[in-house]
Amino acid sequence: MVRSVGRSTLSFVQALGDFTLFTGHAFGSALGSRKLGRRVLRAMFEQGVRCLPVILIVGIFTGLVLGLQGYYVLNRFGSESLLGTLVSLSIIRELGPVLAALMLVGQAGSALAAELGIQRNSEQIAALETMGISSHAYLIAPRLIAALFVYPMQTALFCTIGLWGGSISGSMLLGLEPGVYWSAVERAVESRDVSECLLKAVTFGLLTVGLCAYHGFNAHRSKSGTGARAVSASTTRAVVQSSIIVLAADYIITSFLI
Amino acid sequence: MTDSDEKVLLQAKGLHKRFGANVVLSGADLTVPRGSLVAVLGRSGSGKSVLLKCLADVVQPDAGVITFDGKELRRDAAAARADFRRRCSFLFQSNALFDSLTALENVALPLEQTTDLKTKEITERSLEALRQLELEGHSESYPSQLSGGMQKRLALARAIVTRPELVLFDEPTAGLDPLRRNAVFTMIAKYQRQFGFTALIVTHDVPEALLASDRVALLSDGRMGFEGTPEEFAASQDPVVTSFRDSEASLTSQLQSIRRGETFQSEDS
Repeated sequence: MVRSVGRSTLSFVQALGDFTLFTGHAFGSALGSRKLGRRVLRAMFEQGVRCLPVILIVGIFTGLVLGLQGYYVLNRFGSESLLGTLVSLSIIRELGPVLAALMLVGQAGSALAAELGIQRNSEQIAALETMGISSHAYLIAPRLIAALFVYPMQTALFCTIGLWGGSISGSMLLGLEPGVYWSAVERAVESRDVSECLLKAVTFGLLTVGLCAYHGFNAHRSKSGTGARAVSASTTRAVVQSSIIVLAADYIITSFLI
Repeated sequence: MTDSDEKVLLQAKGLHKRFGANVVLSGADLTVPRGSLVAVLGRSGSGKSVLLKCLADVVQPDAGVITFDGKELRRDAAAARADFRRRCSFLFQSNALFDSLTALENVALPLEQTTDLKTKEITERSLEALRQLELEGHSESYPSQLSGGMQKRLALARAIVTRPELVLFDEPTAGLDPLRRNAVFTMIAKYQRQFGFTALIVTHDVPEALLASDRVALLSDGRMGFEGTPEEFAASQDPVVTSFRDSEASLTSQLQSIRRGETFQSEDS
C-alpha cells in the first residue's frame, strides 16, 4: 500500500517535471524559429475559427439557461432586476472561462493530441529531427503561443454571447425590461472581474494546450500499447487530464483572487 | 586525417543497443566509403533499422563510436551532430511525409526551416527537386493523393533538396511488388550517381541490393557477419553468408511452388 502510494507520487512528480520541461523547451525553442508567425496564425485558425461554432452554441445556451433559472429564483424574492448581475458575474467570473476552455479542450485539444500522436506513429516527428528541425519549435511552440491569444478571445466571445443569452431569456421571453437587465450588468461588472476572466483563460489555455501536446507528442511512450491504441489512449488521457486541470486551476485562481 | 580516413564518410565501431532484455546490436561495425552505395542486408528483426537509426542520430546507441567525416558524433558534441544533420538526409520506411502539407511544401520544409534562403529561391529549388524526380505536375497534390511510388520519390526529393552528402534509406522497398522494388533500386542508384551523394541502404532484397550497390554488409546476431563487395558476397563460403543466401534461395523456391499452385488452381476454376 505504502509502496504503491510512494510509486504513484514519484511517478506524478516525474510527469510534472517532464511536462514543465516540455513546455519550457517549446517556448525556448521558439526563439529564432523560422517562419514561426505563419505557423502561429495557422494554429490560431485551428483553435479559433474551427471552434467558433461550438463556443457560440454553448455560450448562448448557457446564457439562456442562466437567465431562465435566475429569473425564477430571483422572482421569489421580488428581485428580478438583479438578473443582469447574476448572469454577468456567473458567466464572466466562472462559467465563461471554464466552459470555453472545456469546449476548446474537446474540440481543439483532442484534435491536437490525436494529430501529434499520429505524427509520432508515422515517424513525421522523427523525420523533423533528422532534418535538423526542432520538433518542439515546429509543432509545439506555435500551438502554445496561439493559445495565449485564442483562449482569451474565445472566452470573451463566450461571455458576450452568454450575456445576450441571459438577456433573451429575461427580457424577450420573461418580460424583464432590457434596460433593467443591461444596467444591472453594467453596474455589476468591474474591470477586475474582466481581468480575472482573462487571467483564467490564459492559464487554462497554456495548461490544456500544453497537456494535449505533451500527451500526443509522447504517444509512443504510452503504456497502453503502440499504434492506434496508443494514439487513442493518449488522446483520452489528454482530454480527461485537461478537463480536470481546468477545474482545479479555476478553484486555485479563484481562491487567490476572491 | 589519413588518406583512408578521407575516403570514409561514415563509420560505426562496436555499436551496442538493447531494448529491455532484447539485445538488438552487440558490437556492430560498419564502414561507408565516400561516394559509394552501401547495402546492409539482414533478416527481418535482425536490427537493421535500429542500426540505421543509431547512425542517423535518431536512436542513441548504448555503447560504441560513430564518426562522420572524421568527427565523432558524441552525445555532448552538439556542433558535430548539427553538422552531421545538415549534411545527411534520412529516408524513412514509411516515407514520413507531412500529410497536411502539399508535395511542394513537404520538399520546401527543410530549406525553409534550416536555411536562410529567400522564399523565391526555396520555391525554385523545391520545384527543381520535384522536376528531377519527375513529380513536377504534382506540386500542389497532398501525399495521400499520390501513388506509393510517387510518395517514395517525393520523400527522396525532400531528402535531396538540401544537397546532402549522405542519404540513409530505411527499407525503401518494403511492401512493394517486385517490379516497383526494382524501380526504386534503379531510382536510388540513378540519383546517387546523378547527385553524387553517398548512400546507405538497409534492405532484405538481396538480388536488387547486389546489383545496385558498391558494397554489401550482412547484419547477423547483432553484429556484421560480412562486409565486402557484391561479388565477394556472392562468392563467399562464410557460413553466416551461405546460411543467409540459402535461406533466401529456399524461401524463393517455396514461394515459387506456392505461386505455381495458385496459378494452377485459378486456371482450373
